[in-house]
Amino acid sequence: MDSLLKQHLIDPEICIRCYTCEETCPIDAITHNDDNVVVDADKCNYCMDCIAPCPTGSIDNWRLVTKSYSIEQQFEWQELPDQEDLGDADSGALNEALDKEISDLLEHAHSGTGGKPIAPESAAQPSINLYSTSKPAIATVQGNYRLTDEDAPTDVRHLILNFGETVFPILEGQSIGVVPPTNNTSGANPIRLYSVSSPRDGEKQNANNIALTVKREEHGACSNYLCNLTKGDLVEVSGPFGGTFLMPNDPNSNIIMICTGTGSAPFRAFTERRRRAAPGAPGKLMLFFGARTPAELPYFGPLNKLSSDLLEKHLVFSRLENEPKEYVQDRMTAHAEAICTLLKNEKTHMYICGLKGMEQGVEDALEEACFHHSLTWSDVKQNMRSSGRYHVETY
Amino acid sequence: MENSQVNYDTLIPNNVGLSEDRRVLKALEKWHPGYIDWWKNMGPNGFQESQVYLRTAVGVEKNGWAQFGYVKMPEYRWGVLLAPQVENRTISFGNHKGEAAWQEVPGEYRAILRRLIVIQGDTEPASVEQQRYLGQTAPSLYDMRNLFQVNVEEGRHLWAMVYLLQKYFAADGREEANMLLQRRSGDIDKPRMLGTFNEETPDWLSFFMFTFFTDRDGKMQLESLAQSGFDPLSRTTRFMLMEEAHHMFVGETGVGRVIQRTCEAMNEAGITDPYDIDRIRALGVIDLPTLQKKANLHYSLSLDLFGSEISTNAANAYSAGIKGRYNEEKIDDDHLLHNDSYPVLKMVDGKIVTVQENALTALNMRLRDDYIADASKGVGRWNKIIQKAGVEFELVLPHTAFHREIGEFGNTFCSPEGELISEDTFQERRNDWLPSSDDGAFIQSLMHPVTAPGEYAGWIAPPRIGIDQQPGDFEYVQLDEASA
Repeated sequence: MDSLLKQHLIDPEICIRCYTCEETCPIDAITHNDDNVVVDADKCNYCMDCIAPCPTGSIDNWRLVTKSYSIEQQFEWQELPDQEDLGDADSGALNEALDKEISDLLEHAHSGTGGKPIAPESAAQPSINLYSTSKPAIATVQGNYRLTDEDAPTDVRHLILNFGETVFPILEGQSIGVVPPTNNTSGANPIRLYSVSSPRDGEKQNANNIALTVKREEHGACSNYLCNLTKGDLVEVSGPFGGTFLMPNDPNSNIIMICTGTGSAPFRAFTERRRRAAPGAPGKLMLFFGARTPAELPYFGPLNKLSSDLLEKHLVFSRLENEPKEYVQDRMTAHAEAICTLLKNEKTHMYICGLKGMEQGVEDALEEACFHHSLTWSDVKQNMRSSGRYHVETY
Repeated sequence: MENSQVNYDTLIPNNVGLSEDRRVLKALEKWHPGYIDWWKNMGPNGFQESQVYLRTAVGVEKNGWAQFGYVKMPEYRWGVLLAPQVENRTISFGNHKGEAAWQEVPGEYRAILRRLIVIQGDTEPASVEQQRYLGQTAPSLYDMRNLFQVNVEEGRHLWAMVYLLQKYFAADGREEANMLLQRRSGDIDKPRMLGTFNEETPDWLSFFMFTFFTDRDGKMQLESLAQSGFDPLSRTTRFMLMEEAHHMFVGETGVGRVIQRTCEAMNEAGITDPYDIDRIRALGVIDLPTLQKKANLHYSLSLDLFGSEISTNAANAYSAGIKGRYNEEKIDDDHLLHNDSYPVLKMVDGKIVTVQENALTALNMRLRDDYIADASKGVGRWNKIIQKAGVEFELVLPHTAFHREIGEFGNTFCSPEGELISEDTFQERRNDWLPSSDDGAFIQSLMHPVTAPGEYAGWIAPPRIGIDQQPGDFEYVQLDEASA
């Protein structure tokens, strides 16, 4: 499957031959003859610089190929060829990831969606599989900070990876893959996926870096490897992966986010994206975030500083001293009316991310909330899912 | 790179260090209210309160320059944006070839540079004025949004030229900047400087033809100014060209979608003869022969924009290193042209003949030929749509001498095929070659607004893909205020 290539192509039926892409390409991978403007697959490094300046959208075409189309072939085209049938090699690949191992992982994580996951209509076009485990991007660790209190029983880390000159376009909600190095003969470790917790323009704006939220798991080869990294270490990264659990670009979209623990990673990215790109947007952001105690809730401090105009926060704790246990579903039930008002709005998107165990409680809370507000959750959910507005990523 | 960062600290977003340049900042801040007044009075009629899904540049490099989002047009962030400075750039043509590009205006070229900048600047607000009523008959929200994108970017191009005037031409620059807000397209007393920019844009087909043919002249002019030895002019036009590509797109795909719809309607109705005009029009679509006439009109008007066949102004601007040729740096010659000739179509003894002229004085014609080649390719792509639909018809560009006002052929009468004819014959055939008032009335009769998201007027096909990858029923313009 390593021979599969994602080839960048220009649709000759839509292109107006303004050559803006050719002028923009920093490495001269785009050229033209009298007929067509074409991308040289041997040169293109997927930097995506040409995508935004194209006035037509003809530039944003991709085919999975076993052998790339030469520029001479492309010069002859009157129209784009269909995606070739890849047989067994194609397992929903164009949608989420190329490798079967990774698309299986994502399929499992998204299984709670209750049907085929569909990207939000106004989501940006994701790049997927630019780097694989056999041909990874090399990132440098820029920082590794503990998010949970020193004396808290869980160790959750905020890890910042810098890609330097390497192009790594990633959207909020997408994941990267890491295979920890092995130092024994027990065979290769399996790949682990981590959802980025930074927005598309970088953890620091325009600084080609990303952030991850990683919880140290007992005996977890990958999580311990990542949590032990120090500044300056190099990490092999594959991805980006995932083409459906993405945030809507439409600033009118309401986004309900429900998470526990490191499931907060994509929602940190969503919130920061909205804060940077569309502050004061008409769409509402609502977060239900559960942890045992404030000391164990990642990003507790920064979250509390966010204005409630940007984000309606519900931080819910199950192990507060002298307080009854409260879980996200309890808080959702308490705010059933507000949730149902949003659910009646066609612009509302819902995302659930965290441990598989949280799904049932959330599901029950939604069912009950809907019941009391003349809605049928199964219908609402089905309608939302089929229009790209309901997303689950649990593990 | 420092100059790729856009500064929003000042009222006017810019990447030219305006906050440290008090004099120019003050001049532009003084000009700004007049601009906003002009936009409100002469910009798109109505719709000033609508939320429009527009592209705004927040930086001049890759990720920064195309940010999409809803904005009310009067709140659009017009600014001064120059392409990043190329280090150690040298002048690539003319008598100063090889010298370092100028960061200030050379005294001896002050007048000629100012004139070029004013002429370019004058076309930008002119087209906004010409198109100001079109929003009311937009065939879809998608098209309405594209119109407004063109309009706000023409507005930004005015800003670009006004910055150069204010920054480099002191008091007379200020005066010219003010005049740019005072002239009006089609005004008898204070018309815009170039003829074509005083013509009406009465309907959407005219708008598409205008953006295809006339804006393409703008693109060619910008391309040759992008070669300029005056570096600020080169940098500002290079950035404008990125935006100009959208205007080309609107024109080419606009006409293309009209053609597409006409061919589809003909096929659905089983009409094979493209000249069966009454039956085709009864389908509510624009017949191909009328599209040919519209193309003849807009093409010939646009050729006039290239000026006289023989021009010492053009020669002087080239030799001075101020205005180069299209793709100057890709041309393999001495870039001086002292001893070169160039073939030019002229009237000699009552005949149209090709004459070898001095390459320097023929530069307008070289640019016009580049324009014709560029436009022909677009027409070729329109013909592919017709071919693919299986309709037997081919759009062709008329002869250079057809329907001209300026230059060698200004006083002649010529058929679209290039045959010289008498004035009487021309007038007799005029309605076969150019849109008649009946044609205009028919097109006008189709101009009804369609404002439901995802719906299109019956005379135009939907686009193949949305702007910024948006889905088919995306609400590109939110008409009712505060609709959220």
